Amino acid sequence: MADAAETTHVARLKSLVHSYGKRIALDDVSLDIPEGRMVGLIGPDGVGKSTLLSLVAGARSIQKGEVQVLGGDMRGSGHRSRVCPAIAYMPQGLGRNLYPTLSVFENADFFGSLFGQRSDERQARIRSLLKRTGLAGFEDRPAGKLSGGMKQKLGLCCALLHDPNLLILDEPTTGVDPLSRRQFWNLIDDIRAERPQLSVMVATAYMEEAARFDWLAAMDAGKILATGSPDEILAKTGASTLDDAFIALMPAEKRAAHHAVRLPPPVFDDSDFAIEADGLTMRFGDFTAVDNVSFRIRRGEIFGFLGSNGCGKTTTMKMLTGLLPASGGTARLFGRQVDPRDMDVRRRVGYMSQAFSLYTELTVRQNLDLHARLFRLPPDAIPARIEEMGRRFRLLDVMDWLPDALPLGVRQRLSLAVALVHSPEVLILDEPTSGVDPVARDQLWEMLVELSRKDRVTIFISTHFMNESERCDRISLMHAGRVLVSDTPAAIRDGRRAATLEEAFIGYLEGAIREPAPSPGQQDEPAMPTVPASRRHRRNFDPRRLWSYSRREALELRRDPIRATLALIGSVILMFVVGYGINMDVQNLSFAVLDRDDTVTSRDYVADIAGSRYFIEQPPLRNYDDLDNRMRDGSLKLAIEIPPGFAERVARGSDVEIGAWIDGAMPQRAETIRGYVQGMHAGWIARHAREIYGDAAAGSFSIETRFRYNPGIESLVAMVPAVIPLLLLLIPAMLAALSVVREKELGSIVNFYVTPVTRLEFLLGKQAPYLALGIANAVLLWLFAVFVFQVPFTGSLSAFALAAVLYVAFSTAFGLLVSSFLSSQIAAIFGTTLMTIIPAVQFSGMIDPVSSLQGFGALIGEIYPTTYFNIISRGTFSKGLSLEDLGSAFLPLVAAAPLLIAAAAVFLKKQAG
Amino acid sequence: MRPGTILHLGIKELRGLMRDPALIGFIIYAFTIAVYTEAKAVPETLNNAPIAIVDEDNSPLSRRIGDSFLAPYFKRPVMITAKDMDDRMDAGVDTFALDIPPNFQSDLIAGGAPVIQLNVDATRMTQAFSGSGYVQSIVTAEVSDFARTSTAGDTPDVDLALRSRFNPELNQMWFASVMNVINNVTMLSIILTGTALIREREHGTIEHLLVMPVSPAEIMLAKVWSMGLVVFCATLFSLVIMVQGLLQVPIEGSLVLFMAGAVLHLLATTAMGIALATVAGSMPQFGLLLMLVLLPLQILSGATTPRESMPEVIQTIMFAAPNTHFILMAQGILYRGGGFSVVWPQFLWLGVIAAVFFGFSLGGFRRSLR
Repeated sequence: MADAAETTHVARLKSLVHSYGKRIALDDVSLDIPEGRMVGLIGPDGVGKSTLLSLVAGARSIQKGEVQVLGGDMRGSGHRSRVCPAIAYMPQGLGRNLYPTLSVFENADFFGSLFGQRSDERQARIRSLLKRTGLAGFEDRPAGKLSGGMKQKLGLCCALLHDPNLLILDEPTTGVDPLSRRQFWNLIDDIRAERPQLSVMVATAYMEEAARFDWLAAMDAGKILATGSPDEILAKTGASTLDDAFIALMPAEKRAAHHAVRLPPPVFDDSDFAIEADGLTMRFGDFTAVDNVSFRIRRGEIFGFLGSNGCGKTTTMKMLTGLLPASGGTARLFGRQVDPRDMDVRRRVGYMSQAFSLYTELTVRQNLDLHARLFRLPPDAIPARIEEMGRRFRLLDVMDWLPDALPLGVRQRLSLAVALVHSPEVLILDEPTSGVDPVARDQLWEMLVELSRKDRVTIFISTHFMNESERCDRISLMHAGRVLVSDTPAAIRDGRRAATLEEAFIGYLEGAIREPAPSPGQQDEPAMPTVPASRRHRRNFDPRRLWSYSRREALELRRDPIRATLALIGSVILMFVVGYGINMDVQNLSFAVLDRDDTVTSRDYVADIAGSRYFIEQPPLRNYDDLDNRMRDGSLKLAIEIPPGFAERVARGSDVEIGAWIDGAMPQRAETIRGYVQGMHAGWIARHAREIYGDAAAGSFSIETRFRYNPGIESLVAMVPAVIPLLLLLIPAMLAALSVVREKELGSIVNFYVTPVTRLEFLLGKQAPYLALGIANAVLLWLFAVFVFQVPFTGSLSAFALAAVLYVAFSTAFGLLVSSFLSSQIAAIFGTTLMTIIPAVQFSGMIDPVSSLQGFGALIGEIYPTTYFNIISRGTFSKGLSLEDLGSAFLPLVAAAPLLIAAAAVFLKKQAG
Repeated sequence: MRPGTILHLGIKELRGLMRDPALIGFIIYAFTIAVYTEAKAVPETLNNAPIAIVDEDNSPLSRRIGDSFLAPYFKRPVMITAKDMDDRMDAGVDTFALDIPPNFQSDLIAGGAPVIQLNVDATRMTQAFSGSGYVQSIVTAEVSDFARTSTAGDTPDVDLALRSRFNPELNQMWFASVMNVINNVTMLSIILTGTALIREREHGTIEHLLVMPVSPAEIMLAKVWSMGLVVFCATLFSLVIMVQGLLQVPIEGSLVLFMAGAVLHLLATTAMGIALATVAGSMPQFGLLLMLVLLPLQILSGATTPRESMPEVIQTIMFAAPNTHFILMAQGILYRGGGFSVVWPQFLWLGVIAAVFFGFSLGGFRRSLR
C-alpha cells in the first residue's frame, strides 16, 4: 500500500457541517480520502456516515463547509454535472434506487442509457456485468422479485456500467446473506484489480468486511474518531479484532453500556412447545416458497433461522404470525392452531418484519405509545413502559424524532422496541439486526438472552450474522424453501467438520446448490469488456437521456395495464355520463295554481303553462298555507296565483296582476323558470290581443328565436365538446403528477440526483409517455363522440387535432408542475384534483361563459388553457370552424406547455435538502 | 371491537395528517379561498350576457329596444351589421344577436306583424335558455309600450308579479358557496380516507397492524372517524366563517340539523374512499379511480345543473349517490329553512346509503387483506 504522503485524494472535506432540523448529522468534519483505495466508513448508527456519503456523491446539497470531489467543488452545479458521470452511488436500503416492476436487464439498460451509452455498447457491457455478478440467468425477472442479495448485485451492476472513478456504497451488504456477501466483495476486488484508479467508499456495519479495506475512518456523533489502515487502527486501540477496536474507540460512557454477550445454559421443558410447525408449505402459483417445513420450538428457546435471501424464511415467519394462510401443513402457537382472527394469541406474540413498517409520520414516542395502546397495556403503565423501552434501546435522545430522520440502525432498534412493548411470550424477529452496529447488536442480544432465560420468552429469529447464530440454542438452515439442517450451532459446525459456522453454512449451501456459486474470481469469462465505457463529452441537453427516462416510464406504464386501461376506458364512460347528464334545458318542473278566479280565461292562462314541455302540473293549491308548505318541502318549483275577477278585468282592459312564486333555492333553475314564465306570459297576452283584434292589428309582432349550432338543443351535442377538454385535463395531469411524486416518496428519485440527467431531460422524458397516452385518449374520445354518440363534427379536424395535442401537452406539464414542489402522493392527488376540477368545471366556459364570470374566477378563466380548448372544441364540433377562424384561441395553448415545464424545472430540485 | 383501539388508531391518522404541511395547506385553501373565489366568480345567473343588435330599421323604436338591455343582466349591446353577426357568433363573442328588420317600426304601426329574429348560441346552455326568455320579455315590453302610446289599440294590461322565494334576488352566490363547500366535503373525505389506506399498504404498515390485536373493522372505523372529523371541522368553519361571515349568505334553517346530515354523508363518502382504495392497487390507480367517481358525483348530483333536467336514467343512478341526497337536504334546510319534518326522507336515504357503502367497503377491505 502506498504511503499516506504520496497519495492524492479523491475527495477532501473541509469543516463540513450538516444538520436535519435540530439534529446535527455532521459536526465540523474535515477528512481527506485517498485515491485508488478501498475506504471504509465505520461507526455506530446515526453518526453521519450516510450523510457524508450522499454529500460526496452530490445527492444532497451542502449546508456548510466544503466538499471537493475529483478536483472540484461540489457546491458548483457545473462541476457536479461534469464529474457525476465519474461517480457511482448506491444508496442505503436493498434496491432502493431500482425500479421494482422493471426487469433486471431493463433496470441496467436504463442506467446505462442515462450515461449516454450507445445501445450496442450498453448491451455488451450489461451482458458481461450480469454474467460476472451471477445474474445472467435472471435478465427478465422484475427487480422487485429479486432476493436482497441479488438486488444489491444488480445495484452494483448499474453503478459499474459507466466505469466510474469513484464508487460510493452505503451499507451495500446490509441484509444480505453470507454467500452473496462474499460474492459481492470478490466482484469488487476483481474490478479494482482491473481498474486500479477506481476509488471505493463504503459504509458498513460488518467489521469483518471492514478488516479487508485499505483505509478506514471511524466516526461517532458526527465526528471522525480515527483514520488509518485496519492495522493502524488495531495498533492504536490495542485491540485484537476490529469489533473490539470499534468498541474501544467509542466514548467512555457508550462503552460502559457494553458487555460481552454470555448465554447461560438452557433449562427447557421438553414437552412445553411454544411454536410448532408441521409440514408447513406455501405455494404462490406454481412456485413453492416454503416446502414441507417442520420444527418445534420449546418455551424459552432462542431459535435461529438462517439461509440465503429469498429462501423462504420470511414466508415461514408470516405463516406463523397468521399474516399468510399456509397452503399446507399446520402452524401452532402455544398449542393452538394459528388463526388470524384470534386476537388473544396476537397479544402474546411480538413480530418485527424485515422491512421497516412503523409509521414514518409518527415520532418514536408516538409509535411506541400507539403500539402500547393497541396491545391494551393499562394506560397508567404506558409512560413508564415507553421510558423503559427508550432506555433499553437507546432511543431516549431521539424520542421526538420522526423515523425518516433516523438512520437504518436506529430504526431497527425502534422496530424491536415496538415488537417488545407489550412483553410478548413469543418473539418472531425477521432480521432484526440488519444494519445495526456491533455495540447495539450486542446490547440487543443481551436483552434477548435475558428475555429468554429470565422471562422464558421464546425467540424465533432470522439473521445473517454468524456470530449471532452462534448464540442461538438451535439453528435451522434453510435453502430454496427447505430446511437443510437443524441442530445446535456446535453440532452443525462439527457435522460439517468446519472451523467456523460460516464455513459450515456455505458448505451446506454449496452442497445444496450442487455446483459452486459463481464466484467472479473463478470464472474463465474474460473480465470486463476490453473497451472502456465511452465517456461522451458533456451536453446540456441530450435527447438520449431524455429518451431513456421516457422509455423507462413507458415500461412502467406497460407493466401496470390497469392504469392505462382505466385512463382510456374511464374517460369514455365519463364523457358519456357527464355529456348525457348535464342539461341546461330545464324540464319537468312541478308547478301548481291557486286559481281564485276559476273562469275560462284563467284556465286558458294556466293551460299555456301546463301544456308546455317545461312544466308538470300538480294538484291545485288550496290556500296560502298550502302554497307555503309545498314550496318549503321542495315539491313545487313554481306557484301561480290568479286573482279573483281576473277574466272580467282582462275583458274590461283594466289593470290586473298575476302572482308567481319561484323556488329560489337553486338560482339558476329559478332564473330559467322566470324566463319561461315571462315568455309564456308575453305569448299569452299577444295571443289574447290577436284573438280580440285580429292578426293585422297594429302593434302585433313576433319574435322568432333560433337556437344556433345545436338546433335540437340536445344535451350530448352541446356538452360532449365541452367534456372532452375536461377529461383531457384531469386524467393526464393526475398521471403525470403522480409519476414524479411517486419517485420522491419511494426513493428512486436519487437516480435523478446523481446521474447526468438535467431537469429538463427528466421532466420532458417523464412527460412523453403520458403525452402519448393523452393523445391516444383524445383520439378515442373523438372517435366515440363522432361515431358512437353521433355528435356531428362540422369543423376542421386538423384544427381539433392540433389543439388536442397542444392541450394534452399542457395538462401533462401541469401535472409535472404540481409534482415539482410536492413530496407526498396524497398531497399530489388532492392538489391535482383541486387545481384541475374546479377551474375546468367552473371557470373555463363549460357551463358559464368566461365573459360572464367576475372577480378572481374571471381572471383564472382568462388564463386557464381549458377555456381556449373549449372554444376550439366547440368551434370545430358545433360551429364548423377552421384553423384560421380559431387562430387567436391557439396562442395560449401554444404557450402553456413550455411555460409550465419551465416553471417545473425551476421548482424541481436536483439535490436532496 | 374496542373503542380504545379505534380511538388511538384514529389519533395516529390525525398525527400523520399534521405531518403533511402541503396537504393541510390544500385543505385550508379548499375551504376558505377556493370557496370564496368560486362563490364570487359565478355570475348572478344572467350576468353580463353578451348581446349584439343588428339594427336594420334604425327607428326610434329600434333604438329604444337597444337601450332597454341593462346591466348587470346584459353587457352594453354592441351595434353590428348583419354581415358581422355570423362571425361574432362563430367566435363565441356574443351569446345573443337580435336582428331588427328594416321598416320594423312602420310595419308595426301599419299592422304588418313584423318579425324580430333572435339568434341564440345554444352551446352556451346556461345563458341560452334563461336569457332568451329575458330577451323576449324585454323586447315585448318595449314594443307593447310603444304600440300602446302610438296606436289607439286597447291591449289589456296584465302584469306578472314574479317573486322568488328563499332567495328573492336570485343571488347565485348563495347557492354556489354552499354547493362548493359540499363538493369539497365529498372530494376531501374520499381522498383522505382512501389515500390513508393505500399509504399504509405501500409503506407496509398495514401488515404490521394485522399482527396486532386489531381487526379490519377497527382499522377502517379509525380512518372513518378521524378523517371524517377533519372534514367535519373544516365544513363547519367554512360555513360559519366563510359562507355566513365573509360572504354574508343568510342561512334560513338549523345549522345543527345540517351538520347532523353532514355526518351521515361523511360516513358514506369515507366508506366510499375505503372501497376505492381496496379496489385500486396503487396510488396512481387510486388517483384515476377518484377522477372517475368524483366527476359524476360533483356534476350530476344537482349542485351544478338542476336534477330535473337530467335524463331519467341518470337521475335514477344518481339516486344511489350520497351527494344527491345531501344536496337536496342542504337546499331544504339552509335555504328553505325546512326542519327535520321536511328533510327526513333525505336523512333516511343518507342513512341507508351510508350503511350499505360501509358494509360493502368493510367486506372489500377484509377481502383485500387476505
